[in-house]
Amino acid sequence: MKRDVMREIDLPPVRRRPRSRITPARIGVYAFLVTAALFFLVPLYVMLVTSVKPMDEIRLGNIFALPLSPTLAPWHSAWQAACTGLECEGIRGGFWNSVWITVPSMVLSIVIGAVNGYALSFWRPRGANLLFAVLMMGAFVPGQVMLYPLVRALAAVELYSSLPGIVLVHVIFGMPMMTLLFRNYYAALPEELFKAARIDGGGFWRIFFELMLPMSTPVIVVAAIMQVTNIWNDFLLGLVFAGSDHLPMTVQLNNIINTTTGERLYNVNMAATILTSLVPLALYFLSGRWFVRGIASGAVKG
Amino acid sequence: MSNVSIRNLQIQLGANKVIESLDLEVGAGEFIVLLGPSGCGKSTLLHSIAGLNDASGGSIEIGGRDMTYADPKDRGIALVFQSYALYPTMNVEKNMSFGLRIAGTPKAEIARRVARAADMLQLGPLLQRKPAQLSGGQRQRVAIGRAIVREADVFLFDEPLSNLDAKLRTELRRELKLLHRQLQATMIYVTHDQVEAMTLADRMAVMKGGVIQQFDTPDAIYRKPDNLFVATFLGSPGMNLFNGRIEARDGRTWFRNEHLALDVTGYAFRQPPADGLACVLGVRPEDVDVDPAGPWRGKVTLVEAMGAHRVLWLDFHGTQVAAIVQDEANGGSFAIRPEHVSLFDQATTQRL
Repeated sequence: MKRDVMREIDLPPVRRRPRSRITPARIGVYAFLVTAALFFLVPLYVMLVTSVKPMDEIRLGNIFALPLSPTLAPWHSAWQAACTGLECEGIRGGFWNSVWITVPSMVLSIVIGAVNGYALSFWRPRGANLLFAVLMMGAFVPGQVMLYPLVRALAAVELYSSLPGIVLVHVIFGMPMMTLLFRNYYAALPEELFKAARIDGGGFWRIFFELMLPMSTPVIVVAAIMQVTNIWNDFLLGLVFAGSDHLPMTVQLNNIINTTTGERLYNVNMAATILTSLVPLALYFLSGRWFVRGIASGAVKG
Repeated sequence: MSNVSIRNLQIQLGANKVIESLDLEVGAGEFIVLLGPSGCGKSTLLHSIAGLNDASGGSIEIGGRDMTYADPKDRGIALVFQSYALYPTMNVEKNMSFGLRIAGTPKAEIARRVARAADMLQLGPLLQRKPAQLSGGQRQRVAIGRAIVREADVFLFDEPLSNLDAKLRTELRRELKLLHRQLQATMIYVTHDQVEAMTLADRMAVMKGGVIQQFDTPDAIYRKPDNLFVATFLGSPGMNLFNGRIEARDGRTWFRNEHLALDVTGYAFRQPPADGLACVLGVRPEDVDVDPAGPWRGKVTLVEAMGAHRVLWLDFHGTQVAAIVQDEANGGSFAIRPEHVSLFDQATTQRL
């Protein structure tokens, strides 16, 4: 004890240097992260670069080379002149179709999921557990199995090949996931809140709109991101149910790429592809933080 | 101000029978405390009075009207939760007025009631804050305010002070008692804290396993516990217990075991006890008189300084005996003041 004290006094004050940042573990971590980033970024780079090259340069075959004479003509063409089958009006029609499909489908499926989750976790109607189990089964049955019956069913009510039809299909397919998401979020809220509101005289809708919904911002953001991504990226349902007047962007993109008269316009295809994926991409960039927070705070926990 | 009368109440949660058959009569304006260890059904009972649990049998009357199956909002009750349960997205004012807004109360009336409650609880400067910006004590005040604003006939409290630190708890406890005087409303208060129960209650019900063990004034329950459970649940340190037998000799009644004999002729027996009955003698630590002239002698094993007094632990033939003394004790000799002892039947654990 005494010796320690002595030593402390005798020693000149040592300035504590921050510990060196470079350790083998850190090098490993960075190496992994850089590799992973490259893995995802290289294709994007190739697409971007190709989309601004004229066809002459593409024919040279150096897919990694930077463009020598960059041009935005392929983007222009992809947006409004590329041929999707017989029509040559670019992908813009598909863009607006997708918007018209995505927005109502997203809003409706979130509203229904929220109400379902709220009812299941707080009101617990008779048979709620059974109902929930059936709903979850719906989430795990592959969608393809339901295609044919759904086509017949929608045709029977004259919704097949129409905008309301495709919206309805998306709402149905999104419901199990949305219900699960909201149910888990609400299950993590203290039950006393609900009980207090019951004593204050709140009914089903009053408690939902005035108490639960205002508390649901994080999970609504998560749900919106999930639904926008899912519905925007959907190909199969759009192809089957939307009908030729409402084909979503993904289907039109496929048509552009598969429509070839003479040479394959790689630059136009790349530009069209990037345009199609721009919406989910932008969404992630704008709300990535919310997404992670929401997943951590409600969707997984509970 | 309403009376509450519960008759033959049965409550089942899932497959679990929490309360088999319970009767409780609460007078109008009374402050009743339900006290018991966790899991004894006291909160379940309270929530049933509030209408948050469905009764599976029996009846609950509030103010003379049958409320067994009434909606919570129609029962004329207000409930304060342990976790406060404030609406996180609403400010203090909105929190307190939520119920009134739902009921469609006129704006001026809402403003008057909120102002009155805020005034009573010194919440005036906090009205525009969100719950997250309040301290624990302030949050509980808001929760109480929410109950006051309802101008309920019966106030229910579900361990409202358990989440607060000791100092705040004492403060709010006093405020609650004063509030009760001011409002003159019936209050039913659930707690596992015996100090809260003793200080707040006009009458208190000690519960165990869904059954009310004893329902009386705090003093009566402390002085004359009905059974061994109540005797040992209340008091800190707990009651000292000695096993022994009743012995009748020469017209006097004695409690006797191999080390100890106490004349209990003056004891208020409920029924004359049989000679030789196996029983338990219960003595509160303050009735153990540490005195050099005392007839029995234990070995001092520990002295706990409590500030105002000391707790002396004596080893008396293998039994730990607690005694409350005022100053440093002199030796381990003690006597027992027979006026306040309790006697229980060993077999039934009931008071003799």
